[in-house]
Amino acid sequence: MNPNDTLSTALLIAGAIFFLAGTVGLLRFPDVYTRLHAITKADNVGLGLVVMGLAVQAETWAEAGKLLLIWCLVLLAGASVSHLIARGALTRGIKLWRR
Amino acid sequence: MQILYLALALFLLVNLGAGMWRILRGPTAADRMMAAQLFGTTAVAVLLLLAQATGKPALSDVALVFALLAAVTTVAFVRRAWTDQGANNESE
Repeated sequence: MNPNDTLSTALLIAGAIFFLAGTVGLLRFPDVYTRLHAITKADNVGLGLVVMGLAVQAETWAEAGKLLLIWCLVLLAGASVSHLIARGALTRGIKLWRR
Repeated sequence: MQILYLALALFLLVNLGAGMWRILRGPTAADRMMAAQLFGTTAVAVLLLLAQATGKPALSDVALVFALLAAVTTVAFVRRAWTDQGANNESE
């Protein structure tokens, strides 16, 4: 295995672990706000690591740039969407979780 | 490497299947929409992995479109389709 493949494998598997964490959080956390916290992990870090793992393997700069562009779009969308959902949930009176 | 790509794509698909449970359960519309948001992101990752595994770069264009549309759907949901019903019957 050449160093590129090793690096790419490590990044991809780390990304998959973050996706798993996001899904488990979505299923296990108690209210809207904590679940929002869980899914943004998958959105930002999970996809970021997968994109980096694939960008290492890309043959041209254009390919790697496109992967990064996709990630940036998801980052932008994820941030604004989380904000919108959290604010919408607050104004609609969804209660915060208390132990 | 190809085996790894395909295995990871399959693993992410299994994640999606598990996330379906949240769509079924709810309890609020926002929870369902967040699950859909997670599906969108995971689908982007799956498509990118498949594009690399099968050597079809067109699939990464599909991923780009998914990334664009995922944002639009959720903004449309928050601004237009999110009614107050179901906001008060949180069971958990």
